[in-house]
Amino acid sequence: MSDTLDVSLGWPRWRRSWWYHATYYAQTWRGSVASTVLFPIFYLAALGVGVGHLVTAHTGLVQGQTYIHFIAPSLLATTTMQLGEGESLWPVLAAIKWIRTYHAAVATPLEPEDILYGKLAWVVTRALATGAVYTIVIGSFGALQSWWCLTLPLIGALITLAFAAPLVAFAATAQSDGSFTTIYRFGFVPMFLFSATFYPVSAYPGYLRPVVQFVPLYHGVALARAAAFGEGSFGAIIFHLTFLMVMAVAGVAWGRHTMRRRLVD
Amino acid sequence: MKYAVTSEPILEAHDLVKRFGDFEAVKGVSFTINHGETFGFLGPNGAGKTSTMRMISAVSQPTSGTLTILGLDPSVHGPEIRGRLGVVPQEDTLELELSVRQNLEMFGRYFDLSRDILRARATELLDFAQLSDRANDKVDDLSGGMKRRLTIARALINQPELLILDEPTTGLDPQARHLLWERLYRLKRDGVTQIITTHYMDEAEQLCDRLVVMDHGAIVAEGPPRELIALHSTREVVELRFDTDSPEEVNARLVPFAHRVEVLPDRILLYVDAGDDTLREIHEAGIVPASALVRRSSLEDVFLHLTGRTLVD
Repeated sequence: MSDTLDVSLGWPRWRRSWWYHATYYAQTWRGSVASTVLFPIFYLAALGVGVGHLVTAHTGLVQGQTYIHFIAPSLLATTTMQLGEGESLWPVLAAIKWIRTYHAAVATPLEPEDILYGKLAWVVTRALATGAVYTIVIGSFGALQSWWCLTLPLIGALITLAFAAPLVAFAATAQSDGSFTTIYRFGFVPMFLFSATFYPVSAYPGYLRPVVQFVPLYHGVALARAAAFGEGSFGAIIFHLTFLMVMAVAGVAWGRHTMRRRLVD
Repeated sequence: MKYAVTSEPILEAHDLVKRFGDFEAVKGVSFTINHGETFGFLGPNGAGKTSTMRMISAVSQPTSGTLTILGLDPSVHGPEIRGRLGVVPQEDTLELELSVRQNLEMFGRYFDLSRDILRARATELLDFAQLSDRANDKVDDLSGGMKRRLTIARALINQPELLILDEPTTGLDPQARHLLWERLYRLKRDGVTQIITTHYMDEAEQLCDRLVVMDHGAIVAEGPPRELIALHSTREVVELRFDTDSPEEVNARLVPFAHRVEVLPDRILLYVDAGDDTLREIHEAGIVPASALVRRSSLEDVFLHLTGRTLVD
């Protein structure tokens, strides 16, 4: 019987939840890997080369970069955001309400917090891997101009966590997935389009520029550009990092509350 | 899977209360479950069974009262207690996209069991659940009975001392139910203490050494099935049907023949000691039913007597 007891003191229990996700992914990864590698190539080819041709003819460089180089880092930011969204809404509601695997998990030694941490740790793991792949792809298009680019996977992971943590917390409060579609339509799609993703903030009229500061993805895009090009002021970078970290920390705190409430009360 | 039987109870609950906001789902229940026993919880929907099960699974905390599971306090030692329990939930909660074997091995990781141990136990449990030849099939393709057996096998991956089953056979066909009962007997023989909720009275009579009947959040009866029948019902029941529009009148004439008479929309039940004798007396008194049936009292009679015939939704 002793092997059923908690023999690995010192190892946090959430590691078991992380491992569960990793094993699950190892069984079902095939579809997502192809899209992880192919999507950025298609995207850069279409927008960077295609649209970039027009931009270059019309405007020349954008903030000192060719258009394809300008948009390449924002691709990493938008993709890691999407990873955070995709892993956090439907899969979490399914595990709570539809297939109820989280309920099976809280009947084992795991606590709701362990499930939350394991889930987020797994999403971050995927973000690091995706970030590494994207860094290589972006680099192969010649868009990396600084050793700071090595931090791109970490920036990707931070972006993913900043979105995943509050979204998991929110999903744990949802009774149906109706609100998720609304979040996508009126949250993520506009954010994807308007976070200085495809053009600099200076393209906005003056009164709109401060508003962009409140758009979470904007901070991810700005960080990714700063790392790729090795530019940006220290103060601005600290501001962007802080913004995303506050989202992540607040999301985790909220998630601890909602997961416990939903699973064991 | 042999366990020492000690005199210490495996689970003790005293005055357990579970409140959700203003709603009191469990209103102060007390019970003791001994090692090696199979203990049942019966009760209509909304009686507080599931809330009670969640508390004794060390998943949710009681609002008040004291609870000791395996000699430990679940508010302090929750993870340790759950590491020694097996829980079969009402829904199967399996990973449908994964194989039968993967479901067992992955779940075992929650208990921090090594890969080698898991591989060996999964093989053993697949055999126990009669799923060896389906080991590599996706769970999605299994029948309801197979999924249920897999869920039970999964709950055994940590070799639990106490197995908690919430409606283990609901929705299964008779063949699947009988196979499951046989497996639960085997576990009982191995000394695994079991706690079962069920809506099937025959299942409770078959499996449970002792049981409690819950209604409106409280325990209304407790004891071995036989004793409950003896205490709350008569030895036999006579079921009579009449071709009449005035059952009240017939009812009045039947009262002297039985300990208790119950009038249902389609028939009249007489609770008596010796059904055949009663039936003869009725005929001799000139009362002629359209049909008559004498049967032994069952747990179902006790259950309906204690919890009423009103439908609870």
